[in-house]
Amino acid sequence: MAATGDTRYEELSVEAADIRPHETTWQRVKKSGSVRLGGAALAVLLLIAAAAPWLGTVDPTMFDAGSRDLVPGKAGEMMTLDGDLLRHTFWFGSDSLGRDIYSRVIYGTRVSLFVGVVVALLSLVGGILLGLVAGYIRWLDGVIMRVMDGIMAIPAILIAIALVAMWRPSLSTVIIAIAIPEIPRVTRLVRSLVLTIREEPYVEAAISLGSSTPKIMFGHILPNTIAPLVVQGTFICAAAILIEAILSFLGVGLPPEIPTWGNIMAEGRIAFNEYPHTVFIPGIFLTVTVLAVNILGDGLRDTLDPKMAKRI
Amino acid sequence: MTAAKSGTGPVLDVRGLTIALPTHSDRPEAVSEVSFSVERGEIVCLVGESGSGKSVIAQAVMGLLPDSLPLTVGQVLLEGEDIAHAGRDRLRQLRATRMSMVFQEPMTALNPVMRCGDQIDEVLREHTALGPAERRAKILDIIREVALPDPERIVMSYPHQLSGGQRQRIMIAMALVLEPALLIADEPTTALDVTTQAQILELIKTLQARHGMGVLFITHDFGVVAEIARRVAVLRLGRLVETGDKDAVLKRPRHDYTIMLMNSVPDFKPHGRPIAPDQPIVLQTKKLDKTYAERGWFSARRVVHAATDVSLEVRRGQTLGIVGESGSGKSTVARCIVRLIDPTGGEVYIHGEEIARRSHRALRPLRRKVQIVFQDPYRSLNPRRTVGEAIIEGPVNYGLSRSEAFERARRLMDLVRMDAAALERYPHQFSGGQRQRICIARALAMEPELLIADEAVSALDVSVQAQVLELLEEIRERLNLAMLFITHDLRVAAQVCDHVAVMSQGRVVEYGPANEVFVSPRHAYTQALFAAAPGRDFAFGQA
Amino acid sequence: MYQFIARRLLSTIPVLAIVAVLVFMLLRLTPGDPAAILAGDAASTEQIEGIRKTLGLDQPLPVQFGIWLGQMLQGDLGESYYYKVRVTELIGQRLEPTLSLAALTIVIAILVAVPLGVVAAWRFGGWFDRALMGFSVFGFSVPVFVVGYLLVWLVSLKLGWFPVQGYKPMDDGFGPFLYHLVLPSITLSVIYIALLARVTRASVLEALGEDYIRTARAKGLTESRVLISHALANAAVPIVTIIGIGIALLIGGVVVTESVYAIPGLGRLTVDAVLSRDFPTIQGVILFFSLVYVVVNLLVDLSYVILDPRIRY
Repeated sequence: MAATGDTRYEELSVEAADIRPHETTWQRVKKSGSVRLGGAALAVLLLIAAAAPWLGTVDPTMFDAGSRDLVPGKAGEMMTLDGDLLRHTFWFGSDSLGRDIYSRVIYGTRVSLFVGVVVALLSLVGGILLGLVAGYIRWLDGVIMRVMDGIMAIPAILIAIALVAMWRPSLSTVIIAIAIPEIPRVTRLVRSLVLTIREEPYVEAAISLGSSTPKIMFGHILPNTIAPLVVQGTFICAAAILIEAILSFLGVGLPPEIPTWGNIMAEGRIAFNEYPHTVFIPGIFLTVTVLAVNILGDGLRDTLDPKMAKRI
Repeated sequence: MTAAKSGTGPVLDVRGLTIALPTHSDRPEAVSEVSFSVERGEIVCLVGESGSGKSVIAQAVMGLLPDSLPLTVGQVLLEGEDIAHAGRDRLRQLRATRMSMVFQEPMTALNPVMRCGDQIDEVLREHTALGPAERRAKILDIIREVALPDPERIVMSYPHQLSGGQRQRIMIAMALVLEPALLIADEPTTALDVTTQAQILELIKTLQARHGMGVLFITHDFGVVAEIARRVAVLRLGRLVETGDKDAVLKRPRHDYTIMLMNSVPDFKPHGRPIAPDQPIVLQTKKLDKTYAERGWFSARRVVHAATDVSLEVRRGQTLGIVGESGSGKSTVARCIVRLIDPTGGEVYIHGEEIARRSHRALRPLRRKVQIVFQDPYRSLNPRRTVGEAIIEGPVNYGLSRSEAFERARRLMDLVRMDAAALERYPHQFSGGQRQRICIARALAMEPELLIADEAVSALDVSVQAQVLELLEEIRERLNLAMLFITHDLRVAAQVCDHVAVMSQGRVVEYGPANEVFVSPRHAYTQALFAAAPGRDFAFGQA
Repeated sequence: MYQFIARRLLSTIPVLAIVAVLVFMLLRLTPGDPAAILAGDAASTEQIEGIRKTLGLDQPLPVQFGIWLGQMLQGDLGESYYYKVRVTELIGQRLEPTLSLAALTIVIAILVAVPLGVVAAWRFGGWFDRALMGFSVFGFSVPVFVVGYLLVWLVSLKLGWFPVQGYKPMDDGFGPFLYHLVLPSITLSVIYIALLARVTRASVLEALGEDYIRTARAKGLTESRVLISHALANAAVPIVTIIGIGIALLIGGVVVTESVYAIPGLGRLTVDAVLSRDFPTIQGVILFFSLVYVVVNLLVDLSYVILDPRIRY
């Protein structure tokens, strides 16, 4: 190493520097086709949910015995609670009680989206707390993870069905019953992320820089778990929407008068042979919604968390 | 197909080879107009730093280029046949029969779920019509030829049951079982320990001489080149800068780049810098122990001794090197001293204060004094924090205001020869060498008294390595730091250390001034280790 | 090896214990008098008192758990108040349809999904890969009952190829048995195929990036050999793992599918029990399904030893 301070070093040794144009994460996310498609579809659905009363709907619980089992597009009359007679076109037909399926489907968007988002938030919060504790406090790790294993051994739908059956169905019990079986998955994810990231040299460097445990946990570890958690959150949202619909469809979910897509289909099963649209129309809405959330999740995973994208 | 074609032409003749890179890369071509040849019975070394395109050339010859790297111009003549544009099936026929390849990572290059014998057998079943008994005989023969013990057992083993060196022998056996005319070895010893490396190099030389094949040997390690090459071709950024006989290129380089490279290769001689006497002791370890106990429900407790009875001291302004092969316990010692792991026994003193048993709270004031730089420059910095945030984290922990800390960070950027504008940017915008400078600045921001470099230059190219070593040396001198330098690279150790501790299997087997240890090693292990160092007596860049 | 099996068997005990505690707590967490709930809506005061005595509901919680666990371990899941038979007997009667449905579904899913996943990984980024990924997102998103009704409407009502609903036990002959089971199995397999194809593709893709694949190609092997004996062989562990984990998904799907096709299996039993608030049956079915899940995943873990020689115990 004779040539000390030789300027030729700098010129000649062109180190393979990473000079690819680097975009910020947000730029990559915005460019993703999946994110755009899923996001746009969801935006439309959110708009529908928010604007439900102004989309030519009537009260989704209102029924009129004179307008039962109408085929889509047929006009009929409905008696409101005040006794007024209302001319109404049944775009999606009416059910066997004489309720307007169009109104019920539109209002059903509200229930589905609300359940999906709230379940995702609840299980993320629960899972992050438990996962951080399990990943950082070694003696609690065993206990927490065994309980999580136990919950995961019971199929999610069975837990939800059983809990709802015990508590009598309402919006809050349905949400909690769906969230509980999702928590172990988040806990596992957070714990494994914590255990991996805390072995990273940059975390070890922070330890030797004298950073406190909370500072390392919230400053170094948690920010690096956000991407996978956002992705996991969208997938939980999709699963929650599906499970809520299944509960309603099986007749064990929200009370039948509440307009949910599952309830509409459950009601439509009886006369499926003659009026398949009663099942198919809410089915299409449900599929499109879940598809939109899943496509959004796929796009986020590919852009936010490429490592995970390779895994599944 | 096994009969060698007669003829006197080169085994491999690469003419004007050009391989394109995808658009938006840092340069338009991975390899540009490269021409060289490999004669029958000679070893040609293709050398270059990362990004030089040396492995791409190997893949091009084998016809294994990914679609993203198309061969655009040029010829690849294998025994006179142009295979640059040969069809898929023709290439498949030629692989393993006329040309073979051995890869860098013996740990991952073999299929982990298939027995070694079956993996060699696949070659025979694909390319020959031999019956099972003949194939088996041939497999056992080649296993004997690569000097693996107990061939019957080896055939039945899975790769994970063999050591790294043994796996590389299996790879070589697989490559040579059909006696190809050309063997391409792509960094075949880089992942191996020094002593194993020496054995594999010897094996390749022996087999090459016995079978008279041409070998294209790809490496970044000039010690290995000195050991094995007859001719050398030097690549830089996809272009051939110099070719010639080994001695001509390594001792009398003509091209500026080659001259610079040769000057960057550390000599295998201690630097001979005088050691200032009577400096205060900064770090002292006494009988440091670290054991890992594996707890099993049914099996007996397995205890692993990662470090045993390690007693060392480092004085101010001096550098102690810990050298050893992988698994020798050298990093364990470093991590115990920084208290990233808790030692099981013994004592660690920093300026006379015992820290091995302190609680993490009581340790805090002393953490400042010991800082560490890690091996992997890509994982040592939090990807979500700017360089500036990374550097001020420590000082702010110890009560400095953010503005003062940033002021210090700016001064440090100057010290590590980087632009202060770098503080605003994120780690991914820097190269490996630059990141390592940032990590050094981060450590120095704590104003430590002991700096530990844990294989801090091992992941860097030789020219970048020279720059970072130079920087560390300068910093040690200017700040009068005590330095603990952990490395597997004996040349680097010779270059920077005042004292050396040689570790093997968790124990320090030899410990003394670098001058003595390097010139006249006393312990048998040290002697063997030094003897195995490739090109140890070769004088680079000296005409 | 035997040590490993013994150890793995023992390690299921904590999981099963936790499941038992959870199921036990389920009833106790319900608002209201557990004895009254267990006795059903039509029970007399004496009957409720009887139940309170036998289950020790007047005792402290740990004692109750002891009594309850003792009964469970003896295989006594109690008596269904709705069907008035032992729950174990009830589960036995409903086992065949559910088992047949699940088995046929898994077979269909593996046969379809694994080859699709391998080809998609091989042609990564191509039209086939993208189509399969598109299908798989769709498969995850479309609810089982929507698939079910779509198939019933199209294949049974319009084309008349398969029966609309119902189940024929195996005793009535294999032909009719299979004839009734095909549509439900296809319905149920959609989500499973989506999951399995995705994981197969991802694992094979990961294997294809490994060094030993480069070695295999450098040996001059044909692509099909590289794909099957090198890439797929190394992807086997994650694929089998997901088959095991997917059992939970499958059980959820069984509940819905049996409801759509009116198959008198355990899924239907679950829904009927919930609707009639038949707690001993709910409890029994949950315990049974959880046991199945644990046992299947135990078998999956044991299969690792065969699939990956690096896993030694």
